[in-house]
Amino acid sequence: MADEKTFAGYICTGCGIGERLDVGQLETTAKRDGKLAEVRQHPMLCSQEGVKLIQGDIAAGATHIMLAACSRRAKVEAFDFPDVALSRANLREGVIWLRPQTDERHDHNQETTQEMADDYIRMACAEVKYMNPPAPSGEQALDKTLLVVGGGMTGMTAAIEAARADYPVQLVAEEAELGGVWKDLYKRVPFQAAARDIPNGRDLDLPRPEDPGVAALAAEVAASDRISVHLGAKIAKTSGAPGRFSVDIRTDGGALTANVGAIIQASDYKPYDANQLPELAYGKTPDVITNFELERLAKKAAGRPIERPSDGKEVQSVAFIQCAGQRSDKPGHLPYCSGFCCTESIKQAIYFKDQNPGCDATILFDDLRTPGAAGEDFYRSGQQARITFAKGQVSEVIADGGLTVRFKDLILDEDTEIDCDLVVLATGQVPNAGPDPYAQLAVAKAEDAAEQARAQALLENAPPAILNLDYRQGADLPQLKHGFVDSHFICFPYETRRTGIYAAGPVRRPMDLQQAMEDAVGAAMKAIQAVENAGQGRAVHPRVGDLSYPGFRKEGCTQCQRCAVECPFGAIDEDEANYPRFNESRCRRCGTCLGACPVRVISFENYSIDTVGQQLKNLEIPDEFEEKPRILVLACENDAYPALDMAAQAANAGTELELTPWARVIPVRCLGSVNLSWITDALSNGYDGIILMGCRRDDDYQCHFVRGSALAAERMRQVGDTLQLLNLEPERVAIHEVAITDIQRAPRLINAMAHTLDKIGMSPFKF
Amino acid sequence: MTENYRNRFLREVEANVEQGEWVKMCIQCGACSGSCPLGKFWDHPPQEIFMMIRAGKRREVLTTDAMWLCTSCYNCNVRCPRGLPITHIMHGLAHYAKRQGLVPANQPTAKFARKFWDNLMTKGRVNELKLGLSLPFLNGFGQGLKVAMKNQKLGMSMLKARRMNPMEILGGHAIKDLSGFQKAIKKAEELENTRVVS
Repeated sequence: MADEKTFAGYICTGCGIGERLDVGQLETTAKRDGKLAEVRQHPMLCSQEGVKLIQGDIAAGATHIMLAACSRRAKVEAFDFPDVALSRANLREGVIWLRPQTDERHDHNQETTQEMADDYIRMACAEVKYMNPPAPSGEQALDKTLLVVGGGMTGMTAAIEAARADYPVQLVAEEAELGGVWKDLYKRVPFQAAARDIPNGRDLDLPRPEDPGVAALAAEVAASDRISVHLGAKIAKTSGAPGRFSVDIRTDGGALTANVGAIIQASDYKPYDANQLPELAYGKTPDVITNFELERLAKKAAGRPIERPSDGKEVQSVAFIQCAGQRSDKPGHLPYCSGFCCTESIKQAIYFKDQNPGCDATILFDDLRTPGAAGEDFYRSGQQARITFAKGQVSEVIADGGLTVRFKDLILDEDTEIDCDLVVLATGQVPNAGPDPYAQLAVAKAEDAAEQARAQALLENAPPAILNLDYRQGADLPQLKHGFVDSHFICFPYETRRTGIYAAGPVRRPMDLQQAMEDAVGAAMKAIQAVENAGQGRAVHPRVGDLSYPGFRKEGCTQCQRCAVECPFGAIDEDEANYPRFNESRCRRCGTCLGACPVRVISFENYSIDTVGQQLKNLEIPDEFEEKPRILVLACENDAYPALDMAAQAANAGTELELTPWARVIPVRCLGSVNLSWITDALSNGYDGIILMGCRRDDDYQCHFVRGSALAAERMRQVGDTLQLLNLEPERVAIHEVAITDIQRAPRLINAMAHTLDKIGMSPFKF
Repeated sequence: MTENYRNRFLREVEANVEQGEWVKMCIQCGACSGSCPLGKFWDHPPQEIFMMIRAGKRREVLTTDAMWLCTSCYNCNVRCPRGLPITHIMHGLAHYAKRQGLVPANQPTAKFARKFWDNLMTKGRVNELKLGLSLPFLNGFGQGLKVAMKNQKLGMSMLKARRMNPMEILGGHAIKDLSGFQKAIKKAEELENTRVVS
């Protein structure tokens, strides 16, 4: 990094910028207000010739570049100058495309639009002054070894996939043999749909239960020379960061420490404890069994008719009760659908039909869901085998010598019953996760006594740790709902809130074998990306490749630890003196620490209190009597800013959309990175309104950094005090959840603020 | 309740009812019931009948009036997502109920079918005059007379246009080999009856 900063500015006049704006004035602004010595204009900067012009200046010593053209999200391949600090003034999407075109050269619209463009030039010039080109921290290391936790089908698939890609694997399994929770499978639900190429072939060659493939995969794992298998093993401690994890593995035979680059947690699920279902006679008679137990029974029968456990009589009639202890809010029941039991029961009913065609098999379901490629065809296969599918609500199972299932047939609308030899309960999956690291926090944060009691119970009944992370934020992966390990289920399913640790399979959401194996492939891919990125000091998802990382000014730090507590990714630990210790390769570069810091000492090379703070200070605020309010919009770069860009594209394509000329939009990495000082600065600098646009933040969050948007909303509650202190109306500050699809809504929200300002008047804080 | 939800009746239907092997494929979506123009008059819409068969409700299914109300509009056939030939199954069920002697007494469709069949069997062809005259009388002598009086003018016009031969009332003409035809039908009935599986 050069010690001397040499600035250069470029204004593109293409895409209509030259026709719509007074470029001469923009250049003057950049020189006079932006203090740029050199500003060049070019009719098409993104052309080869334009890029060459910039590259030439960089070669001649330019280190800081202000580029006024299109949105920073456009033309990123052309404007890729990794060695310099680059800021971009968004004149195309941000100004001309979102402003109406009027004919007269000097009307009010022209004037305000030009002011908007001038301000964006000033902001970009201010921003670039406080930026430095990022460089890797130097702590990075390339370790291609992956740790896979869990010896089930998920874990074995992840291990094999990684090994095939030439990444060595340490596979840790709690059990004494490979296969995990899947090893009892007699057969599996088929993976492929019926032959599609045969005309009218829908009912020909229907998929049938097939070999589970557990033994074959276990053999492949055992034979692979890139996979070290540790059976009967537990993880005593995991420390470090992506690229340099250190894992203490303890087995019966001893202990070892493995160094790995990334971790895949594939600890699968635990079968639901059916003892909580006395109304279904579980435990009262051995002839009421769970779907998991039936697999063992079928495996034992090995193709001969299945015998019932009580007296060994060949089963002549069997009833399957779907959703047993699931999809119900009764205490002890699972509130969710486990997603695998419908096809599982069809498969098991086919066992009976195959081994004894005279056997009657009834599946009592509420909703039949058959996911997977084979799903509907497999259902058809079950129907062909004459399984009776009855939509019914089971009330009880009576065991008095024989077995009677009482239920309400919901199609025939009558209470009825079935006598049978065997009852199979389709019970669900309970995630095999460790304790929730935020359980203690949940107790403290509970809003009422009932919630607190629930949180306390969760804390006290926490399962033993699996990863034993040596992180300040807790020993295991954070959870979202029902004890499943959190994953960004909408956009990035394998990502967890612990960078470099990927969750795969039923530990992150209930799923069947095929989905678990597909999940394992995805997670292995992600883990490989993580080690490769960590090796170069680059961020993983979502700021893939970002080299910047947070640092702090030690003299200013008050050791309050807020950054370490609020970091959604557990990237920050404390050193002995309680100063934060940033683990760069655990960092996702969201800037939540920067937003959290009350003394504003945390910054990235290219993103800091100043890069944003100076933008909002270095523009012209017209005085109160000009009736030109200013609205500061801090828009999340992941969803809100692209939504505004797309609104501009739509407007340019003819959709009737426009943005108030009072808005000044600054993209932020995440709303979590918004420091309250920006808000107070903006208010005291005379902004009339402030809008924060971030992602959805509830349980169905869309925040790319999981907690950022929620943290911002929490912090914004404190803004009320500032407003009161300044004697300003609360309507002046708004926070909105904006999705990337809110193309019409995003500009409308900003225009609504302009409308509000019309009513409540200008801010008195203009100087 | 041991017969509840057993395959026995389903297998009986599969063996004896035209297209009965499709019954097990019903997914209970209800598209047929929603599509049936006469659905609201049915005691049990098709979807429910299929469920009753699978629940083993032999007597209820074979004695119901429902499938006799089918007008063969084929709406259900066209709309069934699983492609079940529902209209055919309904007729097949009615036919099987008839063979089992389980048709409800005075079921009008059954009575009409009987009338049509007997008329056809007499001469090997349908005697339209006799059939046309007798139909109104299915609903009682008074009603029949009323309809006949009302259609007097139409009948006269048809006579004039030689579209109706009054001499047919005396018995009408038969097909060429009437006894051969009757023998063939009788044989077919015998064969069908031997095929009943229960």
